[in-house]
Amino acid sequence: MKHKNAKEHMLKNFGSNLIEGIKGNGGIIIGLILICILLSVMTESFLTVKNFSNIMRQISVNVILACGMTMVIILGGIDLSVGSIIAISGCLCCGLITNTGLPAAIAIPVSILAGTLVGVFNGLVISRTTIPPFIVTLAMMNVGRGFARIYTKSTTILVDDELFTFIGSGKVFGGIPIHFIYMIIVIVVSGLLLNRTKLGRNIYAVGDNKQAAAYSGINTKKVTMTVFVLMGFFAACAGIISSARTFSGQFNVGEGAEMDAISAVVLGGTSMSGGVGRLSGTIIGCIVIGVLNNGMNILGIDSSWQYVVKGVVVLIAVFIDYFKKRKE
Amino acid sequence: MSTLLKMKHITKSFSSNKVLTDVDLSVAEGEVHALLGENGAGKSTLMKILGGIYAKDSGTISISGKEVQMHDVMAARDYGVSIIHQELMLAQHLTVAENVFMGREIKKKSGLVDLPKQEAQTQNFLDQYNIPLDANTRLDKLTIAEQQMIEIIRAISFGARIIVMDEPTSSLSDTEVEILYKMIRALKSKKMAIIYISHRLNELYDITDRITVLRDGKWIGTVITKETKRADLIAMMVGRDLSSYYTKSDHVVDEVVLKVSDLSDGNKVKRVSFDLKKGEILGIAGLVGAGRSETVECIFGLRNKKAGTIEYKGRQINFRSPEEAMKEGFGLVPEDRKKEGLFLQSGVRFNTTINVIPQFLYKFTWNKTKEKNIVAEKINDMNIKTAGIEQVVSRLSGGNQQKVLIGRWLCSTKTILILDEPTRGVDVKTKAEIYTLIDHLAASGLSIIMVSSELPELINMSDRVMVMCNGYSTGILQRKDLGQESIMTLATSEVSV
Repeated sequence: MKHKNAKEHMLKNFGSNLIEGIKGNGGIIIGLILICILLSVMTESFLTVKNFSNIMRQISVNVILACGMTMVIILGGIDLSVGSIIAISGCLCCGLITNTGLPAAIAIPVSILAGTLVGVFNGLVISRTTIPPFIVTLAMMNVGRGFARIYTKSTTILVDDELFTFIGSGKVFGGIPIHFIYMIIVIVVSGLLLNRTKLGRNIYAVGDNKQAAAYSGINTKKVTMTVFVLMGFFAACAGIISSARTFSGQFNVGEGAEMDAISAVVLGGTSMSGGVGRLSGTIIGCIVIGVLNNGMNILGIDSSWQYVVKGVVVLIAVFIDYFKKRKE
Repeated sequence: MSTLLKMKHITKSFSSNKVLTDVDLSVAEGEVHALLGENGAGKSTLMKILGGIYAKDSGTISISGKEVQMHDVMAARDYGVSIIHQELMLAQHLTVAENVFMGREIKKKSGLVDLPKQEAQTQNFLDQYNIPLDANTRLDKLTIAEQQMIEIIRAISFGARIIVMDEPTSSLSDTEVEILYKMIRALKSKKMAIIYISHRLNELYDITDRITVLRDGKWIGTVITKETKRADLIAMMVGRDLSSYYTKSDHVVDEVVLKVSDLSDGNKVKRVSFDLKKGEILGIAGLVGAGRSETVECIFGLRNKKAGTIEYKGRQINFRSPEEAMKEGFGLVPEDRKKEGLFLQSGVRFNTTINVIPQFLYKFTWNKTKEKNIVAEKINDMNIKTAGIEQVVSRLSGGNQQKVLIGRWLCSTKTILILDEPTRGVDVKTKAEIYTLIDHLAASGLSIIMVSSELPELINMSDRVMVMCNGYSTGILQRKDLGQESIMTLATSEVSV
């Protein structure tokens, strides 16, 4: 009986969270639906199960990055190094398997650790100094990309490994793409961290007013450190997934990934000045970007024009947000 | 004296909310005229109408007998109106002269700025008002008081004749206030009109000629300062007699909970010793810079102590962070609520419960009901006026913001509550409420340390007062010895080392 109550409570809780999420993200959800309707009418192949699973696969890496980036931006920071962390962990993993001959089961955790170390460095510098996160992570973006090029000698390292292949394009539970599972795990973990733990509350507090947070007994250094390390870890995992999808470590993998992640976070209504934001918004932001990319590819729109469209969409979103706030 | 400014029947609404109804104000040449009222009484709206920031709905403004229209800020400036805001609007990295001429630089024929000419003119103004500053000094080298002078000089250089000062003393020390008074008297002698907004009644008696009181957007009365009693002013402001303005009962228990000996931080705090009993309210008095805030920050773990001991309930403690202090049931409500206290973009709920998150967030579940109850209790207990528990705190009035902040600390404080300027920038009604609350807390067994710059507050609320000067404790006064004179004597007595 008690068990049943708890379950009901959880369901009710989930329901109310869902409603709150939809309410808070009203504008962008309407935008997303409009784009979907438009694409469904204009093309035959958009509204298919196969294409849906395609979109999910394409956005998985961005979802992982954007979840971490949401925390970083709510904290009042920014992380430009995530694209390079992808390259570090991805290329290192491929190199360790193909060139060094390590089994994938060892190469993968080692590479994730290496990528996470970049996050540790970011976190140490940003939490212990007043150097802006923009500058620290901009520098690490270049350093990381450089090391990826040096390690791969600016070439592509091919990998032929069963486990690695499975991570990149496997299916589980009778046909569900494994990318879908990664996404769900990262979303659930990030959601719980942000909304159901003291750490999550503290992230909002530090982003809103760092000095007040310190006066309220919050260890701002620890909070900052944790968020950047977590971002590094997420990016390192994304690196393995990206490389595994193409069975290879390419020195330019993940280039510009930080910008897609930041775009998704901003589309989702998170404030760049910190303290305000929602994970649900970020996820919808990722879907919008994914659907746009996919739709434009189906429509055969020139890739140069795709950049223009994506940029304009972000601008429209922030303008709507700005006018909404000004009205208040 | 002839009337310089006359505002008549001024009315203003924001959508359906009437903020000013039929308000009159007239200021003569050479007069310092105070505008008094609680937060939300309509003082700043009235001044924004005068300054051309808001448009009035009806009523007239005349200057020297001629009716004028304040279409915008530039129009107001042309008519000689200048507002000195609480937050100074100056560029820290420019020189005094560059600040004075900001936005209307004197240009040479080539189009470049004529720096020497600007400097000479600025220096001229400074000398005229006996301000011992060099026009070529960078602004960030000046004290806040000196920067304020520059703001006033800037207004004068625009040809201002009506100067509005919004809480000009809120960040000044007592000696700096004297310098400001001197400046105001100089302006008076040059036949300028000054509108002076302040919450501190003492200052009004020091410097103003007449006082206009507003309440709930209505004109209550204009009185001559010399002929009006303090109690009458307060009654006009709040609309009722505040016989129980201060609440003070006797509840000290003879049990020392905190014993501080020779506390030093190697900088601002020098060999400070005192003890604190259960249920006691210990005031800490002193001028700005005397080391009062620094002393309590040392105790609370916000500042490293270099020497001395702190004994809490018989054992030595040495907090290295506020987190550790909070674990022992200590609380500190900081001096500057916007900078050090509130999360301004977040709601009342978030702000209230931030200290006690584990009470409702654990094992990845969120007991929303429990959190709501904590907030509702504080809103109810402290009579916080808010549109709801999710109301963003930046939208609350100063008094309600202060209540939210105190409410946060009441959630987590169990033994010793430190209040740093608990009523700064708060209206009279809220002040009375905070005093009652402090008394109740002490009666319930909390020990309270209250740092304050307001002597009446210290004298009426404290069981004892420790007075500080230049980082040293210069004496501890018992309740029966408390008085403005006894405190000020100690606050200005240097300790010979």
